[in-house]
Amino acid sequence: MFVINCPYCGERDQSEFSCGGEAHIVRPKQPTELSDDEWAEYLFMRKNIKGVQFERWNHAHGCRKWFNMVRDTSNDKIHAVYKMDEKPPVI
Amino acid sequence: MKNKYSIFSLIKNAFSQHENWKQAWGNPEPKKEYEAVIVGGGGHGLATAYYLAKKHNMKNIAVLEKGWIGGGNTGRNTTIIRSNYLWDASAGLYDHALKIWENLSQELNYNIMFSQRGVMNLAHNLQDVRDLKRRTHANRLNGIDAVWLDTKQVKEFCPIINISQDIRYPVLGGTLQRRAGTARHDAVAWGYARGADAMGVDIIQNCEVKGVKRNGDHVEGLDTTKGFIKTKKIGVVAAGHSSVIANMAGLKLPLESKPLQALVSEPVKPIIDTVVMSNAVHAYVSQSDKGELVIGAGTDAYISYTQRGSHDVVEGTLKAILELYPIFSRMKMLRQWGGIVDICPDASPIISKTNIKGLYFNCGWGTGGFKATPGSGDLFAHTIANDEPHKLNAAFNLNRFVSGDLVDEHGAAAVAH
Repeated sequence: MFVINCPYCGERDQSEFSCGGEAHIVRPKQPTELSDDEWAEYLFMRKNIKGVQFERWNHAHGCRKWFNMVRDTSNDKIHAVYKMDEKPPVI
Repeated sequence: MKNKYSIFSLIKNAFSQHENWKQAWGNPEPKKEYEAVIVGGGGHGLATAYYLAKKHNMKNIAVLEKGWIGGGNTGRNTTIIRSNYLWDASAGLYDHALKIWENLSQELNYNIMFSQRGVMNLAHNLQDVRDLKRRTHANRLNGIDAVWLDTKQVKEFCPIINISQDIRYPVLGGTLQRRAGTARHDAVAWGYARGADAMGVDIIQNCEVKGVKRNGDHVEGLDTTKGFIKTKKIGVVAAGHSSVIANMAGLKLPLESKPLQALVSEPVKPIIDTVVMSNAVHAYVSQSDKGELVIGAGTDAYISYTQRGSHDVVEGTLKAILELYPIFSRMKMLRQWGGIVDICPDASPIISKTNIKGLYFNCGWGTGGFKATPGSGDLFAHTIANDEPHKLNAAFNLNRFVSGDLVDEHGAAAVAH
């Protein structure tokens, strides 16, 4: 459990948020042309990193807006929070 | 077995004040090369090595453990064993394990304190009732004992449950598997370690894997904190850290690792002689032989390797426990901890070959791997020895995420996730 600095609302308890998993997985432009392997890669395969990870979060019990976060999954330390249309920071 | 435990060895050792018991397993340095190396010295990994040696005559095996054996999720779970899963593939897998559990103390010559005290799963709404009744029928068609209990029968089976219909999630009934129960979790790791060691398996503790050496499409060995170990077969049973090892080999798995919490209370006299689980309100409870209530909570909803978990998850679980068992309202909780569980999108495990020759994964057990320990070890050993899955774990291959032939067990997993 930790405190998240929502880019729209400021600091709130993590329990107000829901995590949307790994960020920057781009939806395929032509889904009908993908092979089964490529679909599996897009749908299921995850880096599941132990360390610095880029992920999506939603302020579900607040402004309900989505944003991105950089967090170290080995100690839950948050390195950066940025809006969906912003470029990911270099960590 | 070199040092068989029996009433006679107990009496014999009593004469020397129990000071001459031999060490149950050795503490060797790694050799340069092994026929197979198992990564992860938890219950599943040690069981895999045990069955490789016992059933497949592979003696030159090592188990690498980064900490001490059984110090990960094997020592962190709530020790529940059951096989009442919905789908045929899961029923086959988990009941195979349950059948081995029934004779495991004798087989290992080690008391794992397997206790078939029954597991009851509660229904709290109409959909739960329908799902659990369906699961009961499916279980019986698969030869797994299961009965449906109405609210009154639930109360008879476990008298301390609050069956008032005025509570937020009233008890509308439940299923009962009488063959299910609990076992002493670390004794399972110790028993398998002792058994494997007696057959010549090297159990190497405090040895962390740092890299997987590949040559094109096959593996050549492992870089570890105790040097390079050459091998042609690597079986990874690293639970929450499976993805970490997979990434070393350049492989991605369909897993997310999350902390799952449990807690125990102060010890009290016997009050609950079974295991009661509730998927809907996210709480399950049993009582250990020491008298502690053993309570399982849920997972955090985000990836984390921190082995602690959030307070609000425990709080939610205890709210549900108190509503179902008002008698526990003044109990003090003594200890709380988290274990990192690797969760598959379909809440079923992976016991599988990979597209890298000689690299095998046994992972994705999520919130409920302990119950499968002996079966998982047996089937994974078969898969590694023959380079082909056994028919009982064929459905649990990695390729199911490509083919779409998933084994969706969200309904029967202990904790909704």
